[in-house]
Amino acid sequence: MAEHTFFGLLPPQATEIAKGVDDLFIFITAISVFFFLLVIGLMLSFARKYRAEKNPVPTDIHENLPLEILWTAIPTLILGVIFVWGFIVYKDMSAAPGSAYEIRAIGKQWLWKFQYDHGASTVGELYVPARQPVKIILTSDDVLHSLFIPDFRVKKDAVPGMYTSLWFRADEPGEHVIYCAEYCGTNHSGMLGKVIVMEPGKFEEWRSGKLDATATSNGENVPLDIQGKALTEKFGCVACHSTNGSVMVGPSFKGLYGKTETLSDNSKIVVDDAYIRESIIEPQAKVVLGFDPVMATYKGLVKEEDINAIIAYLQTLK
Amino acid sequence: MTQSGAAHGDNYLNHEKGIKSWLTTVDHKRIGVMYLFTVLAFFLVGGIFALLVRLELFSPGHTIVGPQTYNQFFSYHGTIMVFMVIIPLIPSTFGNFILPMHLGAKDVAFPRLNLLSYYLYIGGAFLAASTMAFKGIDSGWTFYAPLSLQSRASTTLVLTGAFIMGFSGIITALNFITTTHKLRAKGLTWDRLPLFIWAMYATNIIQILATPVLALTLLLLVAERVLGIGFFDPTLGGDPVLFQHFFWFYSHPAVYIMILPAMGIINEVIPVFSRKTIFSYKAMAAAIFGIAIVAFVVWGHHMFASGQSDTASFLFSLITKLVGVATGIKVFAWLATMYKGSIRFNAPMLWAMAFIFVFTVGGLTGIYLSTIATDIHLTDTYFVVAHFHYTMVGGAITGFMAGIHYWFPKIFGKMYKEGPAAVACALVFIGFNLTFFPQFIAGSRGMPRRYYDYAPEFTYLNQLSTIGSFMVAIGFVVTAIYLFQAMRNGAKAPANPWGSATLEWRTASPPPHDNFSTDPVVTAGPYDYSSIKV
Repeated sequence: MAEHTFFGLLPPQATEIAKGVDDLFIFITAISVFFFLLVIGLMLSFARKYRAEKNPVPTDIHENLPLEILWTAIPTLILGVIFVWGFIVYKDMSAAPGSAYEIRAIGKQWLWKFQYDHGASTVGELYVPARQPVKIILTSDDVLHSLFIPDFRVKKDAVPGMYTSLWFRADEPGEHVIYCAEYCGTNHSGMLGKVIVMEPGKFEEWRSGKLDATATSNGENVPLDIQGKALTEKFGCVACHSTNGSVMVGPSFKGLYGKTETLSDNSKIVVDDAYIRESIIEPQAKVVLGFDPVMATYKGLVKEEDINAIIAYLQTLK
Repeated sequence: MTQSGAAHGDNYLNHEKGIKSWLTTVDHKRIGVMYLFTVLAFFLVGGIFALLVRLELFSPGHTIVGPQTYNQFFSYHGTIMVFMVIIPLIPSTFGNFILPMHLGAKDVAFPRLNLLSYYLYIGGAFLAASTMAFKGIDSGWTFYAPLSLQSRASTTLVLTGAFIMGFSGIITALNFITTTHKLRAKGLTWDRLPLFIWAMYATNIIQILATPVLALTLLLLVAERVLGIGFFDPTLGGDPVLFQHFFWFYSHPAVYIMILPAMGIINEVIPVFSRKTIFSYKAMAAAIFGIAIVAFVVWGHHMFASGQSDTASFLFSLITKLVGVATGIKVFAWLATMYKGSIRFNAPMLWAMAFIFVFTVGGLTGIYLSTIATDIHLTDTYFVVAHFHYTMVGGAITGFMAGIHYWFPKIFGKMYKEGPAAVACALVFIGFNLTFFPQFIAGSRGMPRRYYDYAPEFTYLNQLSTIGSFMVAIGFVVTAIYLFQAMRNGAKAPANPWGSATLEWRTASPPPHDNFSTDPVVTAGPYDYSSIKV
């Protein structure tokens, strides 16, 4: 286990971003300690110096404009610096590199489930390669959850019916605790997990199923997009949606992901994870212009894991 | 109430007799006293739940109860303390008792409406508390959807109670605003209003504008639970993040409903005990209103990790910094008021200094949470728990304690003993810091909030917290003892024991039924002590 940082006030730093966050944390702490000592120091020294026994006659002072400008301007300036610094660090946390390896996570009362591109799924344990950007795309099966990895200084809510994401690049192989940070009912504090960071080579071995550490993954793995293809056949999607660009009852799957579609009310929408999910669960909500609203809902028939697989499949149909 | 031998003066306490005369009173002072005892009774209940939470967390895993019971403990602690205690704490007690007297009025503008607001509060509070006899509550005081929608506990009942209490707050706020506009004494111009009145005015505006949004949100939640209409549950086509926006649109301004009246009390106490006018009256009043206005446009800083857009987070973080500037102005001005004063350390002043201490810690730790990058790590951890206890509890409760010690002689006509008061203040102050300071460290090290079980590395921090919480409890028990003793056989209070300049001190303690024997006329500012001997 790596050392805690900053006098033990912060967890170990396991990513570059964590170092960036901690630098800011330390700066704010320095500012806070300074102003705390200033305020409490002044209060106590005034209390001593101007107590009634020692200073029976008060001096009448109503205001002092230069002083007031000073104690408005200096905090404004400092807070401005902290704000800008905070936003710059956050921009790095927020935007995952395009090359990031994507893993899909589903929170459910009270466990974390992870789906990988090669088809494995793990519960509680998140396997990732070291020194490579990894993007976690989150959703929830029931109530709100929040994926929190203290050592990486990242956290994001898992919201049912929505996709959110976070990313990180772990420095070294090792293990890091995962907490659920959004209260989710009886066993909230038991919704734990861990990130297992592996050397990239070893991760590839794990990914190809050659490693015994995969006790929790499903033996013979079918890649996620192939699972999705099978699901589109099983659920009969392909009866109305072609995969070669030809127009049938519904829009073709080919080139659909990421495309901007015009809807029946002439508004535009980019086909992303959220729109695909909505079109499966509530097909009448946003119908593409030129198509009839005839699709039936798959609510209750299709699981969050299935939708993730179908999205992975559609992403391959360029 | 016992009457002291010689002075058989008619006062509001003995003007009419019997329980019925209290329950049907429209006297703002009696209503204030009824609120005082009711709110403090709920403070006791909320406090017991706090101690139960701390006991359970004394060690990891099972200590006294199971996880579901623990979840109910913290849900009750939060709901009772926020909706039944801290929100009404100062407005309904000192707001009722002191505000009209500060203004030199005989009563509030609408005395009957005032009694109605008391009964709405009682009705709502008992409805909410009655859930204890049914299935309890288990979705925190925040009632986040969809957990609160799926909960099998008595959530609908508690929401209905909170809804009704909201109306009590709105009516009281309307009443106070009207009173302030219409019933000021002769010569009491706007620039001579005590800052407590300005703080109450700003609070009342927030109550009137923000509470309806909470009422609407709770109503939608009830409609969804009872009728199955999908507003917030995604399986019904709703949006759970929308609930958070609605909820915080009220609940962030509500934080200022809790803290502004406390700042108002501190504004009164520090000048009186420093024998010096408040530093920069106009800047103080402006800062109060600045905070009240900004309060409405910062709610999204609760949601940096919720999946809201980066643009929204950018703006909410930026605007939140303004709150820091405004509170900084206030803290510096309080210090400048003490500067070159002639300071007396009676109990109200000790509590005011405790307020400055805890509020400074609360304010500074707010910087970490309003900065997006650090907030992502700290949000929903114990750091947040510590921060809002330093601001809301540290702020509202120490402000209230300063107020009750300041106005106790006026309200009950008796003096309490300073010795035990100083001991109690020290116990609560040290206990409070011992309870909550370790929680900053537990949080920054990564311990999430609302956790029944925790990693062994957090054990000693939690044990410090638990020990501190019992110290706080002992401090409050001591306070209750010496204040009740003072009520029964304390020395008779003079009309103006502290040498204050505001109008409530120009009349007898306790005040007569009509407050003032002759209509007061104001000729100087509220903090002009030049003609008052102590």
